[in-house]
Amino acid sequence: MSQQTAPAPRAVAATADYLDQRTGVGKAVKEFARKIFPDHWSFLIGEIALYSFVILILTGIFLTLFFVPSMDQVTYTGPLAAMDGVEMSKAFESTLHLSFEVTGGLLMRQIHHWAALIFMASIVTHMMRVFFTGAFRKPREINWVVGFTLMILGLAAGFSGYSLPDDVLSGNGLRITDGVVKSIPIIGSYMSYFLFGGEFPGTQIIPRLFTVHILLVPALILALIGAHLFLVVLHKHTQFPGSGRTDRNVVGYPLFPVYVAKAGGFFFVVFGVLALMGALLTINPVWNYGPYDPSPVSAGSQPDWYMLFLDGALRLMPGFAEFTVAGFTVSLNVLIPAMIVPGLLFSGLALFPFIEAYATGDKREHHVLDRPRNAPVRTASGVSILTAFVVLILASSNDIIAPHFAMSINDLTWAFRVLLFVLPAITFWATKRIALGLQRKDRELVLHGHEAGRIIRFAHGEYVEVHQPLDDHEQWLRVQHRPERPIQLLPAEDSNGVVRKGYRKDALRSRVSSFFFEDRIEPVTPAELAQSHEHEEHPAIGAGHDEAKGLVDAGPTPGGGALGGGPNAPHDD
Amino acid sequence: MKALIARRHHRFAPVVLLALALLLTGGAYAALSPAPASAASAPTSTDIDMGQALFRANCATCHGTGAVGREGVAPSLVGVGAAAVDFQVSTGRMPLMANSAQAPAKPPVFTQDQVQQLAAYVASLGAGPSIPTAEEIDASKGNSANGMALFRTNCAMCHGAVGQGGALSGGKYAPNLGESSAKTIYEAMLTGPQSMPVFNNANITPEEKRDVIAYLAAQEQGSPGGATLGSIGPVAEGLWAWVIGIGLLIVAAVWIGAKSS
Amino acid sequence: MSNEHPGTDVSTAAEGNRLPERFADPGLPEHKARLTDTDPRAAKRAELQIVLLFGISIVGTILAIVAYAVIRPGETVESIRTSTLVLGVGLAMAMGGIGLAAVHWAKTLMNDHEKVEYRHPQASNAAERAAALQVLKDGADDSGIGRRGVLKGAVISALVLAPLGFVVPLIGGVGGDWNVSKFRHTLWTKGKRLTHDPSGKPIKASDITIGSAVHVIPEGLKDSEDWIEEKAKAVVLVIRLDPRDLTEATDRKDWSYQGIVAYSKICTHVGCPVALYEQQTHHLLCPCHQSTFDIADGAKVVFGPAKRPLPQLPITVDAEGYLVAQSDFLEPIGPSYWERLK
Repeated sequence: MSQQTAPAPRAVAATADYLDQRTGVGKAVKEFARKIFPDHWSFLIGEIALYSFVILILTGIFLTLFFVPSMDQVTYTGPLAAMDGVEMSKAFESTLHLSFEVTGGLLMRQIHHWAALIFMASIVTHMMRVFFTGAFRKPREINWVVGFTLMILGLAAGFSGYSLPDDVLSGNGLRITDGVVKSIPIIGSYMSYFLFGGEFPGTQIIPRLFTVHILLVPALILALIGAHLFLVVLHKHTQFPGSGRTDRNVVGYPLFPVYVAKAGGFFFVVFGVLALMGALLTINPVWNYGPYDPSPVSAGSQPDWYMLFLDGALRLMPGFAEFTVAGFTVSLNVLIPAMIVPGLLFSGLALFPFIEAYATGDKREHHVLDRPRNAPVRTASGVSILTAFVVLILASSNDIIAPHFAMSINDLTWAFRVLLFVLPAITFWATKRIALGLQRKDRELVLHGHEAGRIIRFAHGEYVEVHQPLDDHEQWLRVQHRPERPIQLLPAEDSNGVVRKGYRKDALRSRVSSFFFEDRIEPVTPAELAQSHEHEEHPAIGAGHDEAKGLVDAGPTPGGGALGGGPNAPHDD
Repeated sequence: MKALIARRHHRFAPVVLLALALLLTGGAYAALSPAPASAASAPTSTDIDMGQALFRANCATCHGTGAVGREGVAPSLVGVGAAAVDFQVSTGRMPLMANSAQAPAKPPVFTQDQVQQLAAYVASLGAGPSIPTAEEIDASKGNSANGMALFRTNCAMCHGAVGQGGALSGGKYAPNLGESSAKTIYEAMLTGPQSMPVFNNANITPEEKRDVIAYLAAQEQGSPGGATLGSIGPVAEGLWAWVIGIGLLIVAAVWIGAKSS
Repeated sequence: MSNEHPGTDVSTAAEGNRLPERFADPGLPEHKARLTDTDPRAAKRAELQIVLLFGISIVGTILAIVAYAVIRPGETVESIRTSTLVLGVGLAMAMGGIGLAAVHWAKTLMNDHEKVEYRHPQASNAAERAAALQVLKDGADDSGIGRRGVLKGAVISALVLAPLGFVVPLIGGVGGDWNVSKFRHTLWTKGKRLTHDPSGKPIKASDITIGSAVHVIPEGLKDSEDWIEEKAKAVVLVIRLDPRDLTEATDRKDWSYQGIVAYSKICTHVGCPVALYEQQTHHLLCPCHQSTFDIADGAKVVFGPAKRPLPQLPITVDAEGYLVAQSDFLEPIGPSYWERLK
């Protein structure tokens, strides 16, 4: 530490020396202080989640100091006229107290709640970024699962916190939870007792949710954030493709000072935006909803946005699915939307890296991200899952949409019932087509360059537009990726006519692989470019020729791996 | 400490007073403006005759001469009372202009006097609830806490927690009460127009009705938390979180990630 | 998938044998200097802007502290709103100012030459793996677990069983008395009066006019020890229809009184209070998931996710003309559960 170029002030040097002698911190500083991170705006979305979590903890500490997690009944005597003399739980009363009588209390509550919404929104956006750029590929599959678990924990944190004020809106949310839990076959009613410590609502649920909300879930989130960030440092950050960026390096700016300023500064920006939202926009006005009472309910009863998909699924499912068997009731009308639909959506999401790895048979490490267009089936799958998610969210908002757009809520519900199945299929198809189209556009650019907007006339009278060839960097961006190709299936029988072991497994894998990579556009090769340049000298040759060249059918291709025949062909050049 | 608080209050007293005065004026205006109509409460026989003429010209096509109704077209108005007529006609819901899921509020076709004449005519056909007096709908005399409790149990499921409105089945809706006058709200409870159930004086007493009006009047002060976002709950909040929150933060992220020139 | 050209040969090897299969990476692009790198005045200007932004942050902090001291939430909505607003704007300036300043600093004044760091494969090399395996093997040998089968069994059994000492009391205690048969009964009994929710005033049948909807709780609910739990099961909606509109099952003819019917308010879907009564269609709608019940026809489901009709409370009037229950509900109210019919 003493060999710095500019002599540090004596106090700093002495402190550093003191610490290093006891912890060897110098090694860590040397290792990490100038660690390189690539620069891209989309890499900051995960930081929004991290920073909102920090803000959630800070404002949460403020709130715990005033909130009383108790369902004992008291009579309100505070300043709010509309609640004067109303009987309510201490949880609700203390929420009103901290909102109206503690200076800054309402601000902190509103920042806390906005931060919770932004926390979940940024997690989802961050997951989209990771998904669509293929950042979950080896070696980051485990970190994808850690991140996925963090999202689930975020839902748990949000749900438990939402219910704490013990107001009518969240109380009805709990009642729905109770109804969903009761529908679980065999153990449903016992699960309800497990949750509520007896009959709904009881006097246990708020203190229990409080413990879950301020201890259990945040501790797990904190631990998993640690693991998440540790793995990011261990793997070094992914980077977008570009010249000079490979799977063996990372190009960017050092942690100190650039990212200390940029990422550190971003924390303050996030805090600033959340503080502004808390200052200006009312959120969760529990004083409008009133203290929980099992009888009332208000129009527009919805959970916070991240739970809307569940509520939407519950709204869409028709009732006929409930039946009795041997005198026992099976409520598939609740189980399907509340457990099976989200189960399918979430499993698909959590397992996607493994499904894709199964389809590619690829064992390499990937550190350069995919441009979404270069993985059409992945991109289409992601858009498809998102579409289903959005349809469910809209379905849950049907009673808000109906009066605002003068529609019938029954018609809307029917429309969403149909759209839930139709729209994801359409968006899958459309996204895949668009991705393939963009890849063709890339080929077109590489082969012919940019349209210069300049028309020239040949001596023999023909007009052509001049095309400006791409520079090396532009070109590299469009040709750098390696196309995945379907895994070939070796014949069922070997040359001696003996049936090969594992043929059926291989056949399945080959089908999955074909689904992913059958339709594809491959990047331009140097040979194709050379050929194209030859053609350019004879401009009469029509367009479209090259497009056809770019397309490869599912037949055996030289680069594709093969199944059942030992290790896949290496892709390294 | 007490003195300190008192002084602070003092300093802001003019502002608060001004705000209160404005609110009171507004509230009083809303409450009192229809008063002349109900003040002229004793209908004369001329009123009834004029009302009958208006009825024949504008209402009888559907409700029939003598207001006995026509099966499958329009209900009998015998015994619905002056309150029902005043509600339907002064909010423009009647006469009906087009067939839709429910009759929407629109600018009234008749003047206040004409509405009174119509109401007098229909009231003369059979006893029914009459138009409330200014006293009965005076929000300042109501207890908003009791009003809120009643509203929560009886009204919020359709009109929303603060009367912002909500959806019913088949394209019908419970209207936003922020756009309704105290008199209209009172008459609606009393007569149960269209889809709305009847809340007669045995179910919700006149004093309780006034409490409900007081609660709704208190909503005009807005939200202590800032902009209300339409008071429609978590869906609007989610939309704002995505559009404004995530929107602003992504703009910031793009700025941070962009190379400086 | 079929509209693509089939069988087009990608191989252009005929003439391309000498060309590489892939393009070569051109390497990092040249660094472009920023205005602040080349123009000292631009750099000075940027520095001033950064100082200004930090200044905004300081002003914001002062504003927040002054707001805390001067604007306290009082009795009015206005005062709470003003306090929240000014404090929040101050905090937003204090935080946002630092953020914008730091980022602007990094973007304009800090060295912006990109640096390259090299990655290493995640996997350990063969020698390290072998050493690790050896370490584990040595440890296992030292413990002797491989040779002592009974010991292995014992240690695994003990470890698997040990958590039970923790889990059994936890699960056992967490569900209260586990008496789930409580779902079946409500406070309603023969002769119990129907009263207004929440005031508890009894209701005369003659006070309910056609088209009325009255929210009802059993008399003496608040005297019950667990009144919230009891209310969660006992809430009822009483509605009067024109008896000519009412279709009643033969075995329920005497459950209503002159067109007055009483139905459980707890939805048979997942338990929201079903309370949205449309008096013209006689439909009762649940605001949570839009299950719609036809009150004129035994509260049968006409739309939405619920399957079963709402349970009906048999009612009549007592000697004084007040509405009373004939008995408890004859089936469990609320959402379905496995042993509901047992």
